Amino acid sequence: MSQLLLQLLEGTLTSLKIFFLTLLFSLPLGIVVAQGRMCRNKLVSGIVNVYIMIMRGTPLILQLIFVYFAPYYVFGASFNRFTAVIVAYVINYAAYFAEIYRGGIQSIPKGQYEASHVLGFTKLHTFTHIVAPQVVKRIIPAMGNEVITLVKDTALAQTIGVAELFRVAQNASAREFSTMPIFVAGLFYFIMNMVVSKTFDKIETKLAYYN
Amino acid sequence: MHVISVKDIRKGFGDLQVLKGISFDVDKGEVLSIIGPSGSGKSTLLRCITQLERIDGGAVEICGDTLATTDDDGTVVYSDKATLRKIRLQVGLVFQNFNLFPHFSVMRNIMEAQVHVLGSPKEDARRVAVELLRKMGLEDKADAYPCQLSGGQQQRVSIARALALKPEVLCFDEPTSALDPELTGEILKVIKELAAEKMTMVVVTHEMAFARDISDRVIFMDDGIIAESGTPDEVFGHPKNERTKKFLARFE
Ligand SMILES: Nc1ncnc2c1ncn2[C@@H]1O[C@H](COP(=O)(O)OP(=O)(O)OP(=O)(O)O)[C@@H](O)[C@H]1O
Ligand SMILES: [Mg+2]
Repeated sequence: MSQLLLQLLEGTLTSLKIFFLTLLFSLPLGIVVAQGRMCRNKLVSGIVNVYIMIMRGTPLILQLIFVYFAPYYVFGASFNRFTAVIVAYVINYAAYFAEIYRGGIQSIPKGQYEASHVLGFTKLHTFTHIVAPQVVKRIIPAMGNEVITLVKDTALAQTIGVAELFRVAQNASAREFSTMPIFVAGLFYFIMNMVVSKTFDKIETKLAYYN
Repeated sequence: MHVISVKDIRKGFGDLQVLKGISFDVDKGEVLSIIGPSGSGKSTLLRCITQLERIDGGAVEICGDTLATTDDDGTVVYSDKATLRKIRLQVGLVFQNFNLFPHFSVMRNIMEAQVHVLGSPKEDARRVAVELLRKMGLEDKADAYPCQLSGGQQQRVSIARALALKPEVLCFDEPTSALDPELTGEILKVIKELAAEKMTMVVVTHEMAFARDISDRVIFMDDGIIAESGTPDEVFGHPKNERTKKFLARFE
């Protein structure tokens, strides 16, 4: 039993690594993608739009397989499995985050930009100090949903053979002829998402000082 | 030297000509009111002066600096970035719906541009803000957020925010139109106090009695042109233009 728990914890660690690395890269990359999507240059916004459509319009599992196998056929070399997972998740989640950011940015009233302009703020200052903080508040609920989905999506990493929590649990199940490990894994996901949703509740409360 | 000098400015949106050649000057210490029916181009005019819109023709000068001119072949030429920036700080604008920054306290709303645009030290900026808040009768609201204030209080904060940059001229675009009727008085009182201090102001308003009371000069705009202008007594007391008469009759 403790042997099983230890294995599950190890799988959890891999899942958490995928989770945090994905967030680390996709959260900022999403800003760039959102800016590209809103770019006045039609070519840039068009290309970015196609990228977002592909990311949102095809299954993540397929993108994962593509990122892992396609480079081999083109270049004769692949990422290692774990890196492929991170790359696939980052480009997928960046697309989703970008659309959330874009919705948030476009919901900021024009008057905020106009007041900033008349007061002499630079474009950068307007974005970082006036627009972005208000966007953060507005997108917190949508971001919360997406991050919870990410916790569950980490289970797909097993598709290309990364031993994350769910794979470990399945292996243990097969070994012990019992579904119990899978239910324990389910509990682990549930706990992780409790933490995620509590964290988002905290941020929401913290930003509730104005509306 | 005029604080604002506008010569024959034109502005359109697509096929719609909104400003069809507007000229006027504003001198130091003068209060100019702009009245006129909805859609006549009053806001657009202020927005051209405050660089929120680009003009299609004509010239604008602020305190002797050229904001934009039109050369012989009809091309509008705007000044370089540094000049535009300098001019921007000389012209304040108070919006109809305040446009305060909701995530900043009242204090920070007033300090932000002083610190990040003028480069004032924080303590100085705070002192200026405290002084302005006292003037606006809001000394106890420094730590409040805009959503905790009434419309009238928000508008007073936005006036303080504009004044904090010590502009040469302050423009108001219908500063009381978004307010409940019982709150307009407090804003009009503030503007009147500023007028008494010889603050140069351009006020777009639908408050005729107020315009008559505080203005040195009044412009009546109609359909993108200045249909009539003069002292308050001339425009309100003895309007010459039929359209002015008709417009004013609505406020009798
Ligand atoms: N960004 C824009 N795009 C297209 N049309 C515009 C734009 N801004 C203003 N207009 C049009 O220009 C005309 C003049 O508008 P403006 O807001 O200057 O009028 P106004 O005199 O301020 O009216 P009000 O008293 O209602 O505020 C209107 O017909 C308006 O629809
Ligand atoms: Mg208007």
